[in-house]
Amino acid sequence: MSFLDYAPAPESRAILSLRDQYGLFIDGEFVDGRGTPFQTISPATEERIAEISSANQADVDDAVAAARRAYDRTWSRMSGRDRGKYLFRIARLVQERARELAVAESLDNGKPIKESRDVDVPLVAAWFFYYAGWADKLDHAGLGANPGSLGVAAQVIPWNFPLLMLAWKIAPALAAGNTVVLKPAETTPLSALIFAEILQQADLPAGVVNIITGAGDTGAALVAHDGVDKVAFTGSTAVGRAIAKQVAGTDKKVTLELGGKAANIVFDDAPIDQAIEGIVNGIFFNQGHVCCAGSRLLVQENVHDEVVERLKLRLSTLRLGDPLDKNTDIGAINSKEQLERIRELSDIGVAEGAERWSAPCVIPENGFWYAPTIFTNVQTSSRIAREEIFGPVLSVLTFRTPAEAIAKANNTPYGLSAGIWSDKGSRILAVADELRAGVIWANTFNRFDPASPFGGYKESGYGREGGRHGLAAYLSPTPIGQAATRQSLAAPATAKPIETADAAPKRTRRTAQRSRTDSATKGSKR
Amino acid sequence: MTRLAVPKTYKLYIGGAFPRSESGRTYEVLRADGAFLANAAKASRKDARDAIVAARGAVASWSGATAYNRGQVLYRIAELLEGRRAQFVAEIEEAEGVSRAAASAQVDESIDRWVWYAGWADKFAQVAGNANPVAGPYFNISVPEPTGVVAIVAPQDSSLLGFVSAVAPALVAGNAVVVVASERFPLSAISLAEVLATSDVPKGVVNVLTGSPAEIAPWLASHADVNAIDLVGAGALDWISLEIDAADTLKRVLRPESGPDAAAPALGRISAFTETKTVWHTKSLR
Repeated sequence: MSFLDYAPAPESRAILSLRDQYGLFIDGEFVDGRGTPFQTISPATEERIAEISSANQADVDDAVAAARRAYDRTWSRMSGRDRGKYLFRIARLVQERARELAVAESLDNGKPIKESRDVDVPLVAAWFFYYAGWADKLDHAGLGANPGSLGVAAQVIPWNFPLLMLAWKIAPALAAGNTVVLKPAETTPLSALIFAEILQQADLPAGVVNIITGAGDTGAALVAHDGVDKVAFTGSTAVGRAIAKQVAGTDKKVTLELGGKAANIVFDDAPIDQAIEGIVNGIFFNQGHVCCAGSRLLVQENVHDEVVERLKLRLSTLRLGDPLDKNTDIGAINSKEQLERIRELSDIGVAEGAERWSAPCVIPENGFWYAPTIFTNVQTSSRIAREEIFGPVLSVLTFRTPAEAIAKANNTPYGLSAGIWSDKGSRILAVADELRAGVIWANTFNRFDPASPFGGYKESGYGREGGRHGLAAYLSPTPIGQAATRQSLAAPATAKPIETADAAPKRTRRTAQRSRTDSATKGSKR
Repeated sequence: MTRLAVPKTYKLYIGGAFPRSESGRTYEVLRADGAFLANAAKASRKDARDAIVAARGAVASWSGATAYNRGQVLYRIAELLEGRRAQFVAEIEEAEGVSRAAASAQVDESIDRWVWYAGWADKFAQVAGNANPVAGPYFNISVPEPTGVVAIVAPQDSSLLGFVSAVAPALVAGNAVVVVASERFPLSAISLAEVLATSDVPKGVVNVLTGSPAEIAPWLASHADVNAIDLVGAGALDWISLEIDAADTLKRVLRPESGPDAAAPALGRISAFTETKTVWHTKSLR
């Protein structure tokens, strides 16, 4: 037995009291979906966890209608103070049931329990706690006095941080006075459904949050629904693009949190121990299923060999295996499809001439696994340096000067995040200025906080989540003394004022076209 | 005996130069009463692409200038415009067929908008950004940065004011712009380009195309090196298709506006073409 061998230390599943079947959470109740139900499995064992309802178009209609009723009758009329109190309640309930949520998350997603327990779930509580306090302070959000809520928010979230993405979406939406229909990812619905039980415990008014499960077509139906005023999506750039096209010309306001191919830049004066830990955390946290993962390591040429050698050494000590084991560093890949995508791109890397090295881990027999992998000798043009792999695969490139590092870092259609490692503060700030990315971590990586805005430049999407900026995604600004023309600026897809929300007809693409002609006529008469 | 006037040839403004359209095309600009006023260049797809290249080349230096400097440069535009007030008033009177008073009011308001936006250059970051109190030993700050290259379809029903109202806010944060001027009233935009060329605005920061917005706008909306598109003056075009084109590269889009308040001065016009960057830095005594 070497020092690396640990006795198994699995977190108990006894804390979970899962049902065998889960319905859709609509109007405060669990109801059966009318689509074909599906099984959610543990990616670590491929064992069935529970049967999950699938929402068809009629279910989506019901959920949106419930959200609209709750918006008109309850939530938009409630004081900000009371909305805040509900959010504080939710934050506390998440804290109380934290362990249960963490176990469910690791079981359903495959991420190590130390991450779900120490990162995901505490951040979920923090997110609700942070936005709870905003609910009665919206006048100070920088959008003018009395900014308006938008109405019904359609929110579609990915499988990599199921509960955390739910919190990022729901907390600011509710604080700003919107109601929600949320669709979790097909492979990770479990924690959202437990969260629905928490909403019942919090006595949140029925319909304020609706959670509908299903596959991509459920999400597409939700986003396309005429009764929706706001679309918030986190996921792939391809789907984000399709959503942007679909909502073009409608009054829906959109925020998109899409892919990334972050550069993690290591200068030769970097604190090497911290940098190694930061690189590992940057790409192997959550099996690399992170949109802001530091998947392109840019190392200054003179320290390349040392950094790669030490990285390999460090990766050899990572423990891959049972996500519920407290000693596990690397959990399971979330799905078979994702595993195949990682394998495919990885093989392309080899075919394109890069050198592959994988940590020597024992891969469990069942489930979906991929050993932490480093590619060296990677060309800028290689697909593994350009495309998002969304797995535990790091591409290493080199640079000689800061200018070259900046040029290489920015050489991507994405612009979500970046990392800088150096002991020289002035250089860090100068490089940070030049990087075209929404989040820059200096001498750290993959830090998240509800007070800190997160979101991308370029094809990584638009809008911010977190902080004061995150509120803007769910509010329409009211220029002082210009309530009548508030449709015009900065919020191309503003909602109607709360009082008239009921009466105002939904503007579909067709009606948008008509009013476009109207305004053109007006313009030429002038 | 009356003196024979010397009419001006109106050309495009790309990368600090005044080229004709590479296509060789022009179109007739008419006075309000229908009489011939001038030939304007009818920009082509190639002109649009050249303008985008020029704008991209100008982003680094313009966005890298200090905010104080950008403010002064924008203020200087107002100074120069004030000095050529009479020229613009006459041009607008002739083109739009409005009274001298109305034309004067339009020029005055245009000058004042440059002044207003100039003053924002070194302040908007303080209003739009902030420090973030994160739960850990980190310095964490969010600041707005320019989006990059912004394409603009200028308001179509105004010679100067609409153009200025759309262009000035995009410049404040350090973006470079490619503007399609009003098709019917393009001359003031080109005359303004002469002001810009002799002010301190670096070449390529503002590029002006005249011609058919319906023809040019789709090239701008679909071009991969354009980061944002302001459709403020695209109300009469098929702007939904333009928005769909823009979605291919996930451009930031501002929708058409109409009426006298179109592109009214607002902080939102500045921030619409900015990106919030959040920087985390570790704190430690060691």
